[in-house]
Amino acid sequence: MASPPRATLRDALSVSLTVGTYGVAFGAAGIAAGFSVLQTCLFSLLTFTGASQFAAVGVVAAGGAPASAIGAAALLGTRNALYGMQMAPLVRARGLRRIAAAQVTIDESTAVALSQAPRGVAAMRAGFWLTGGGVYLFWNIFTLIGAIGAHALGAPASWGLDAAVPAAFLGLLWPRLENNFLRAVAVAAMAFAIVMTPLVPAGLEIVATVIVAVVVGWRPR
Amino acid sequence: MSDWFVLVATSALCFAIKLLGHFVPERWLSGARLQRINALIPVTLLSALVVAEGLVMKTRIVVDHRLAGLAAALIALVARAPFPVVVVVAAVTSAVVYHLH
Repeated sequence: MASPPRATLRDALSVSLTVGTYGVAFGAAGIAAGFSVLQTCLFSLLTFTGASQFAAVGVVAAGGAPASAIGAAALLGTRNALYGMQMAPLVRARGLRRIAAAQVTIDESTAVALSQAPRGVAAMRAGFWLTGGGVYLFWNIFTLIGAIGAHALGAPASWGLDAAVPAAFLGLLWPRLENNFLRAVAVAAMAFAIVMTPLVPAGLEIVATVIVAVVVGWRPR
Repeated sequence: MSDWFVLVATSALCFAIKLLGHFVPERWLSGARLQRINALIPVTLLSALVVAEGLVMKTRIVVDHRLAGLAAALIALVARAPFPVVVVVAAVTSAVVYHLH
């Protein structure tokens, strides 16, 4: 790979570092949900898609069934398939490189790649790999730090870790609420989850809110 | 044991989804309806997770120290605090309320 434009490198690095630090919150969430330090770190190494990871450990923490945890994580991961379709013609990787490209196909690598369009295809490709690799590195380092820290602290409620998890979800949700329509969808989903909670097995109310997405998204608005 | 199952199955499924995107022709997943629904899924699921983690114990709605933490997080977000600050503010607030009770 020819050396990328400085601006691309700067974009990739700033996104990687900022997003990577969120890993501390995931590390703490994993421990608060009852996973070991090793398991928490393996989530970041193997699953490597933040919202899905938070969802999986979150549902387990809420006492949900494994199927609910896996289902919520998979549904949150579906957007990565759409990103992959956009990135595949750009990175044109084969064999092991394609495996690596797939693993680092996430919100951030796709966003930085697309934002480099004015600088040309080579810059887009560089943006994808640098951001994907950078987030992978920092996300995993900070997950380890968060997991070890939370493990050392113990007693999640005593340190507020049980509130840190919903706050992390709120922090992930917040930047997505770009307009009143999306804010209304969020409020509707919260109301739906509250109503469903006593009616379905633990954790299923989370996956069930997909119904809200299907109903609202069925027709063009 | 089920912790390991959740870890392995989640990782395998999430990777399979990523890989799928790199292999299927674009037209397969580019339907307007599918795109609209898919764009809404993060918003609905994250909203549900805020409720499930902040207000739910097993299958009951419970108001406790976590809601105080969540309220503090909301204030921090409105004040445009960065993500790590939001999480720490929520944790500290929740811990204080927890120990006062």
